[in-house]
Amino acid sequence: MDLAGFSLNMHKYYLTHLQELESEAIYVIREVVAQFDRPAILFSGGKDSIVVTHLARKAFWPAKIPMPLIHIDTGHNFPETMEFRDKLVADLGVQLIVGSVQEAIDKGRAVEESGINASRNELQIVSLLDTIENNKIDAAIGGARRDEEKARSKERFFSHRDEFGQWDPKNQRPELWNIFNGRKRMGEHFRVFPISNWTEMDIWNYILQENIAIPSLYFAHNRNAVYRDGTWLPASEFLVLRDGETVENKLMRFRTLGDITITGGIESDADTLEKIVAEVSATRSTERGNRSDDKRSDTSMEDRKKQGYF
Amino acid sequence: MELLRFTTAGSVDDGKSTLIGRLLYDSKSIFEDQMAAVKQSSERKGLQHIDLSLLTDGLRSEREQGITIDVAYRYFATPKRKFIIADTPGHIQYTRNMVTGASTANLALVLVDARKGVVEQTCRHSYIASLLKIPHIIVCINKMDLVDYSEEAFNKVVEQYEDFAAKIDVTDIRYVPISALEGDNVVNDSVNMPWYKGESLLHTLETIHIGSDENHSDARFPVQTVIRPHAAEYHDYRGYAGRIAGGIFKPGDKITVLPSGLTSAIKSIDTFSGPVDEAFAPMSVSITLEDDIDVSRGDMIVKDDSEPQVSQDIDAMICWMGSRGPRPGAKYHLKNTTREVMAIIKEVYYKLDINTMEKLENGGDIKMNEMARVRLRTTQPVVFDEYRKNRITGSLILVDEATNETVAAGTIFL
Ligand SMILES: Nc1nc2c(ncn2[C@@H]2O[C@H](COP(=O)(O)OP(=O)(O)OP(=O)(O)O)[C@@H](O)[C@H]2O)c(=O)[nH]1
Ligand SMILES: [Mg+2]
Repeated sequence: MDLAGFSLNMHKYYLTHLQELESEAIYVIREVVAQFDRPAILFSGGKDSIVVTHLARKAFWPAKIPMPLIHIDTGHNFPETMEFRDKLVADLGVQLIVGSVQEAIDKGRAVEESGINASRNELQIVSLLDTIENNKIDAAIGGARRDEEKARSKERFFSHRDEFGQWDPKNQRPELWNIFNGRKRMGEHFRVFPISNWTEMDIWNYILQENIAIPSLYFAHNRNAVYRDGTWLPASEFLVLRDGETVENKLMRFRTLGDITITGGIESDADTLEKIVAEVSATRSTERGNRSDDKRSDTSMEDRKKQGYF
Repeated sequence: MELLRFTTAGSVDDGKSTLIGRLLYDSKSIFEDQMAAVKQSSERKGLQHIDLSLLTDGLRSEREQGITIDVAYRYFATPKRKFIIADTPGHIQYTRNMVTGASTANLALVLVDARKGVVEQTCRHSYIASLLKIPHIIVCINKMDLVDYSEEAFNKVVEQYEDFAAKIDVTDIRYVPISALEGDNVVNDSVNMPWYKGESLLHTLETIHIGSDENHSDARFPVQTVIRPHAAEYHDYRGYAGRIAGGIFKPGDKITVLPSGLTSAIKSIDTFSGPVDEAFAPMSVSITLEDDIDVSRGDMIVKDDSEPQVSQDIDAMICWMGSRGPRPGAKYHLKNTTREVMAIIKEVYYKLDINTMEKLENGGDIKMNEMARVRLRTTQPVVFDEYRKNRITGSLILVDEATNETVAAGTIFL
């Protein structure tokens, strides 16, 4: 009989920290499906939402994941992310809902930023909230982790959003033990974060342990990029060169994946999961250090989250 | 690696957030870009030193006011252990956020300002820690730099705390003199306090015996949801999904489903990676049964050798968290494990005076942040254990029917 990885600790009746985090996350995901009518998983194509999707698969096996994936498409994607997304959705046999930022702009729901630092990052909020509302989603499961950022470190597992989709960090509901209160009024919804307690290191160790497929962008590869604000921004049709900037071909990889215009990579030769784990454990800066969206101000994450960001 | 979850506690400004910052900094768990950001913020505030509390006080209003409002979770690991820290607020107004952070902790760091000694919030938080059955308390007597690192000052606080602790139920209490600001005895031993012969705080956190917090004798499986695949090959599959809340389950075990009382035996215990020979808390699994009986969310599967309580009357100590006290005759949603029923507060036995631990039998209405021993009456039977025996099956929350707010946390007594 397959002992499902628990065998090492069977006689001691004790779980390793990754087994405990996995069990906690599965519990949270099952609570969402049990407590809400129309839950969904917010799927960005990044490693965290891939891990959440993997956990959801485990939570309901042998049944399929009983909820759709939602992807907010900024129109500025890495092609690899889109391919990965479509293959995963097909393999899992789940529904995919796409919220398009381009469409929100075309309809006049959102206004494209202009200027040298323009990005579609904040415009995602409009599409995200529209998609949640139009599909009557009452619980959106996200892959955010508390160790990512200081405003995120304040999140509950079940995070209440008012009818405008806003977060009120000064007045969060108490969350006792693992009893989650998902009660809400019409029009309100919840964001739920099953991997709240995971660190970047846990994610990588888990991907390695479970052998989870991730987009090739996470592994070292050669690509054209521009060095800006301490990070290598990928050259793409959306990147406008500034004075004095040159495109170089670099052996690099990404630590996080988001919109192609704001996701910087690092120089790296880590081309296997083992090497990535080793690299991450030796690194001295946070993964979001390469995201220009977080560099805008000291509390930019909190400000975006209040408005309804992921 | 073993996981230790701990929380901070103690009065406002006693140095909780600074201590967590110091612990992270001295254990080299802070990334360079995080440190650079904190340095910058400290300079902007016109401070001479780096304000380490900014590492956990992440909200705009917290940074403006220099206080903690809501619990922040931080993570670090040493070669010996992995830690999840809940840094909680000291201000009485935010007690409910402190309870949130403490409810999942296995150890509490209670901070006391060496100059001020034990104050009301020290008592309130220590009592909450004992009520929540946090098995270990480390009293960190902080700001020793402001009392000339004096042994006498330290001993005075220890004495005060011991007086209070005699009235509450905690078995393991230790004391460490520290300066969170300067780092004495946090990660590194202090050169300023040669009279202190004990270990540094981190050393204690790494080595304290946490054993297993789980109850492995009374088998409890609250059902979260039922898994019914719509595929031909699993046509008759019916798996009860849940997280084991206590004890050990094995295929073949005779079980009872509560509150219905229906019986069956375990056919298999399934996980994505395959069936398992046995399952124990806190594993998330799916259980299939030999018989087709009615089981749904809110039911509890238990083994026949130890049955929990099944009752519509529950005695509990509650910590009130609603901004307004309970309205007379008000109905609440009572949540205990995965079960949800309506309940009323039938009787208030007494309120607790936090400073003296006196039972006030005519204490008047329950107000926010007060503790009271009550009798709850539910519309349907609830399946529970004494909190002392099981932190999962012995805990409950009350949710206001009108506002949907979580207004009380309760620990069940028999
Ligand atoms: N001299 C001295 N000052 C300290 C020490 N620890 C903390 N402080 C100062 O005490 C003040 C309050 O510290 P915090 O860490 O914010 O206190 P706290 O307990 O987290 O407060 P709340 O979270 O609001 O309850 C700050 O100005 C700190 O710099 C210490 O060991 N020595
Ligand atoms: Mg604080």
